[in-house]
Amino acid sequence: MSRVSTGRTAVATPAAVRTRIRGRRRDAGAIWRGLFFASAIFLVISIAAIMVMIGRPAIALFAQVRPWAFLFGRVWAPEHGLYGVLPFFAGSLAATGMALLIGGPLGLAGAIYLAKLATPRAQRVMRPAIQLLAGIPSVVYGWVGLTALVPFIRRHSGHVTGFGLLAAGIVLGVMVLPTFISLAEDALRAVPQDIEHGSLALGTTRWQTIAHVIIPAAWPGIAAAGILGLARAIGETMAVQMVLGNSPVIPTGLIVPASTLTSEIVLEMGSTPQGSPANNALFAMGLLLLLVSLGLIVAVRATRREATAGVREAH
Amino acid sequence: MTTETMSLPTMVPPAREATSAAPETTRAAARGETDPEPQPAVRVRDLSVTYGTTLGIKGVDLDLPERSVTALIGPSGCGKSTFLRALNRMNELFPGVATSGEVLVRWDGRFQDIYAPGVDLVELRKRVGMVFQRPNPFPKSIVENVIYGPRRHGVTDRALLAEAAEEALRQAALWDEVKDKLNAPAAALSGGQQQRLCIARALAVRPDVVLMDEPTASLDPISTGKIEDLLGKLSKDYTIVIVTHSLQQAARVSEKTAFFLNGELVEAAPTLQMMTNPRDRRTENYVTGRFG
Amino acid sequence: MSARRTDQIARWTVTAAAGLILLVLGYILGSVLINGLPVLSWHFLTSRSSNLGPGGGISLQIFNTLYIVIMSMLMAVPVGLGAGVYLAEYALPGRLTSLIRLATESLASVPSIVFGLFGMVVFVNAAGLGFSRLGGAATLALLNLPLIVRVSEEAIRAVPADLRHASLALGATKEQTIFSAVLPATVGRLATGVTLAAGRALGESAVLIATAGMSSPRYLTLDPLASGETLAVHLWAVNAENSLSDAARIADGTAAFLILAMLAVSLGIGWLARRLDRRLAGQG
Repeated sequence: MSRVSTGRTAVATPAAVRTRIRGRRRDAGAIWRGLFFASAIFLVISIAAIMVMIGRPAIALFAQVRPWAFLFGRVWAPEHGLYGVLPFFAGSLAATGMALLIGGPLGLAGAIYLAKLATPRAQRVMRPAIQLLAGIPSVVYGWVGLTALVPFIRRHSGHVTGFGLLAAGIVLGVMVLPTFISLAEDALRAVPQDIEHGSLALGTTRWQTIAHVIIPAAWPGIAAAGILGLARAIGETMAVQMVLGNSPVIPTGLIVPASTLTSEIVLEMGSTPQGSPANNALFAMGLLLLLVSLGLIVAVRATRREATAGVREAH
Repeated sequence: MTTETMSLPTMVPPAREATSAAPETTRAAARGETDPEPQPAVRVRDLSVTYGTTLGIKGVDLDLPERSVTALIGPSGCGKSTFLRALNRMNELFPGVATSGEVLVRWDGRFQDIYAPGVDLVELRKRVGMVFQRPNPFPKSIVENVIYGPRRHGVTDRALLAEAAEEALRQAALWDEVKDKLNAPAAALSGGQQQRLCIARALAVRPDVVLMDEPTASLDPISTGKIEDLLGKLSKDYTIVIVTHSLQQAARVSEKTAFFLNGELVEAAPTLQMMTNPRDRRTENYVTGRFG
Repeated sequence: MSARRTDQIARWTVTAAAGLILLVLGYILGSVLINGLPVLSWHFLTSRSSNLGPGGGISLQIFNTLYIVIMSMLMAVPVGLGAGVYLAEYALPGRLTSLIRLATESLASVPSIVFGLFGMVVFVNAAGLGFSRLGGAATLALLNLPLIVRVSEEAIRAVPADLRHASLALGATKEQTIFSAVLPATVGRLATGVTLAAGRALGESAVLIATAGMSSPRYLTLDPLASGETLAVHLWAVNAENSLSDAARIADGTAAFLILAMLAVSLGIGWLARRLDRRLAGQG
């Protein structure tokens, strides 16, 4: 600054600054633009790579095992060349169904409570609690299920182990709560207030308004929340594996050892040689999971479109 | 209530056909300035509403005559909608609202203060229905919208519900337009039809009083005309309170007009008197278009 | 039953269900901490796990977990942020953009065990790394990528337009505007999102079992190509292998440590969110 005030040394005159600013090159921008775009394209490449890398061994399996023998085969005995995954698929569906049966009503109630009934103070307790529920690692869910829930079921059912779909369904039901509650709450809150007031002004009770106006109007969003919960449940691995008992047979009851696609993959992926049919079968199971998950995402997108279309129609 | 008054609405020409020849005077003029006011269906005494620290309305005293239309007018923000929502306690759905004073509603033959402790809001809103500024049909079919109220209030008989739906839709002058598509979604109706559907929905609960908060604010002139016609017919059976931003509308549809300004009731009188010979200077300024 | 009675019962039921959810959370946290806290001695936290006899600790697993989580975030955040910037600032509506969005959503729905299979075939087998921290971290980064993309895009979109316009009006290029005006305004939200992703990485195990492996190098090393069993994997492995007499005790201790770490992360998120609120309030 002192040099400027003395005026002896050459200082940048406003005109000189202007020349410098105007002449400045801006090539760095193009590089950054390229990097941003590359990052976005990386996402596309990733999902494509996953499909290829999971799909390739799966296709190798189908050269040896017919797809229907894989999908609908009831016996999983790689040592005898039998690669039927129906027991695992059935286990996955049953465990997911149980999860929805348990987590669905509980989650919907939680969402209604948060969106329509809870005082601000109760919300301040409930919201962090649900976030904590989401933050608990799945192995910890599995560990609590294994050390508390399974023995509890054993004691009260008279079964030998207590492992099975009941335990898995309860654990999964709790695990899907955070996903389901937060999305269902959003859907309930998205219902325009004027409809709610319109119902209350007709002399209906709070609950009549919730049950007959708000929930029906929010239904597509609630369904989307349910599907995302479903996707979370069917892909869940560790917790399920720890409480399911891991028996590769089609489950015949709720408290008998069973298996799912995910639990079977995690059990065997370290112990089968790469390129062996047994190893390829695990990838085929992974592909099945991947396709189911992608199918569920497509379903969610469809319900969301319906939801937004419904709201637009109403206004 | 005299028979003369009751036959009036049918004599009023539809508003959209009214020429520029002072439509303000049609209904009010026919009624005559000196008619005794019918006995009130609602009496409001010293009513004040505050939102948090801001005052909504203060110290309002007003009688709402039975089976007639009372219009609430005034510039926006004057408290007329707040006053309206105080009559069925809808204000309480907004956080931080406090109400004092009395609102006496004719209730099973006697006047009941709706702010007295123990008053059942559900029962209140069955008696005092409401139509909102913007049509707010439920995302259901036309007929389901209409029978929503009766069904919630315990009517299960299908024939009875169908009858109630037809009656309410006829009263709302919508029946002829929708009778062939009762199961179509309400959202498929035009804005004006939707608003008449909302009126039918409110009428199906068989209220004594119907509150209307600028019911034509979002509608085109033709739909507005239809609803104004309707108001005249409905006032044979219902006590109607309507908030309006349009003096012409107040003149066309109401027997009594109340003028609000800055949260206070400035003046309330038969509509013709309000339009032609207001007592208060501020009312005069407003009706002559000097402000607002 | 009268409408009033139904109303009361229904509200009571819904409130009770919300209470039940709290109770479940309380039970899980309570039982894990009650069983596990007594195990968390200084010795347990600072000694190595043992494959042979009882008395093993989790020091290596703590180190591996930190190592892998940090490395995976270092990989996921730049790419995720870049993609978020692209989607928020550059992407035009069209086929390419909807393809990118579909890819992000699909990636978010891929089950973690499928990521595990992918990591195993790519890093362990094809790249020939064997079980490695690098392979584990990279696979984990892929798992967290969609979350970081979403958080970044939302954070950037939340920046008020006038901030952007002010910078552009000074003749700054779009990229200069992004780096000097937009991204600094997103720091709070981004930090919250990144912490959330780190918390998820902390507890993830299905991805890591067959990529980072279930063993640790015998010496403390920063070698990214060494295998690295994390805490969550350890909790599962001591159980699954069940070769130690004190497996249950080690699992209890590990579970408690994981829960404490998760609580710390959640508190961190809460703190960041509050700070962000204050800053926004201060600006408004």
